Amino acid sequence: MKTEFILTAAQAVNDAILAHEPEIESLDREIGDGDHFVNMKRGCATILGMHDELAPLSADATLQKIGMKLLSTIGGASGPLIASFFMAMAKAEKEQQADALPQIAAAFAAGVEAIKMRGKADVGEKTMLDVLIPVARKFTEMANAGAAPAEVFAALKETAEQGMLSTRDMIATKGRAAFLGERAIGHIDPGAKTSQVIIHTICDLASSRP
Amino acid sequence: MKKFINDVDNLLAESLSGFQAAHRDLVKVHLDPNFVTRAEKPKNKVALISGGGSGHEPLHTGFVGYGMLDAACPGHVFTSPTPDQMLAAAEAVESGQGVLFIVKNYAGDVMNFEMAAEMLPFEHATVITSDDVAVENSTYTTGRRGVAGTVIVEKVVGSLAETGASLAECKALGDKVNSRTASMGVALTSCTVPAAGRPTFELAEDELEMGVGIHGEPGRRREKLRPADEIVADLVTAILHDLKPAPGSEVLLMVNGFTGTPLMELYVLFNAAAKLLEQQELKVVRSLVGDYTTSLEMAGASITVCLLDDEIRKHWDAPVHTAALRWGR
Repeated sequence: MKTEFILTAAQAVNDAILAHEPEIESLDREIGDGDHFVNMKRGCATILGMHDELAPLSADATLQKIGMKLLSTIGGASGPLIASFFMAMAKAEKEQQADALPQIAAAFAAGVEAIKMRGKADVGEKTMLDVLIPVARKFTEMANAGAAPAEVFAALKETAEQGMLSTRDMIATKGRAAFLGERAIGHIDPGAKTSQVIIHTICDLASSRP
Repeated sequence: MKKFINDVDNLLAESLSGFQAAHRDLVKVHLDPNFVTRAEKPKNKVALISGGGSGHEPLHTGFVGYGMLDAACPGHVFTSPTPDQMLAAAEAVESGQGVLFIVKNYAGDVMNFEMAAEMLPFEHATVITSDDVAVENSTYTTGRRGVAGTVIVEKVVGSLAETGASLAECKALGDKVNSRTASMGVALTSCTVPAAGRPTFELAEDELEMGVGIHGEPGRRREKLRPADEIVADLVTAILHDLKPAPGSEVLLMVNGFTGTPLMELYVLFNAAAKLLEQQELKVVRSLVGDYTTSLEMAGASITVCLLDDEIRKHWDAPVHTAALRWGR
């Protein structure tokens, strides 16, 4: 993984999140408590503000610093979850130090596993994990099979989209929407939506590069 | 949105600075990371630290002081505080007897306090409050929420900690009070998170949200507005169904306003609830009425019943001196 890619991706994700403000806000008002978008916005702005400090660092040090910083700036449930993601990815990256797709997939999967552990949640609970877990699986599977990068990124976008849409008909069992019981059925989970937007953005960015 | 704001991003810092200016004799406010401690650090006692999203004032900052908390960590509005706040607060107030976290059972609060606890260089324990009976504790939820009953836990454990009790004793009493306390709330209007600028949810003029959480998150059901006595009957029934008190039990009855409901109406609720409890042969021997666990500008209220025993009653009655609760001292 390259620090330069992480920082470029951070800028692209920030722009994409801001562009989806009305949609994310309205999903969160329906089944959340209204703080998801502002938390995501604050997290993105925080990473962007660290650009000069991060640019000279290795990829693992960059991911670790982002994790620690997000832990102290996002708050809410998303803070520890997202921080755990970055810190676990940093650890995997530090152990591998490789820029090939299978290693990047392994680091991503380690990050997603950390969210699962911290949140004590899994697929089917109407959360961001309904996007992230299938994407991590698909990524690992295709990267290990040696699929062409363009093919991998297209498949991940598709998987993320399906995962996001799958939350519509679920009863939430984790997160704020869990308090709604059956009333949450018919609403897409806002965390799943932002995760899909982020995966989409990063895949587009990755496929546009040599 | 009509609110007193200079700069929405600076709202919390300005509010905390005002809190410090108003209560210099009681508290010290630290900004970045944000936490509030007592003006004078007590010696040789378990340090009680709580925290949670802002917008519920006086919870928790208003309960920092003699007989209650040693420190409180306010997060952004309706957003849990972050581990660096808890670590800095613990560093400031720990006095050799360990740290007890008191945490409302919300996923964000629990995870942030959990990560802080993992990094804490002191002996520590955590009491998780879960008094809200609106959301059943089942495999389908993250568990019952911690709401206004948290105030009772903080008061009672705070008094015990002043006596020099151990960390394990404080934790045990906190868990006991929590298990004997049940609450349920009802919202008449929504509330607006300042940074969002729009109401968190919509309630029609003739609707109420039964079992609402303290962030305006939904409860059991939405229904038409009814006479106060009927609403109270539903709340009290749910609470007693959970607590199952023996006839003759002594209770503390708390009617907590969410901000937008006048004290006059809170007493209407207290009147109805006390009558219902007495019909069930329960003795209302202690009371607390007012805005203690609020939801920004929301109109609405919650009812909390705590089953007293000698130990809990003694520590409830013990002196307390904080910005929001003061007696006996």
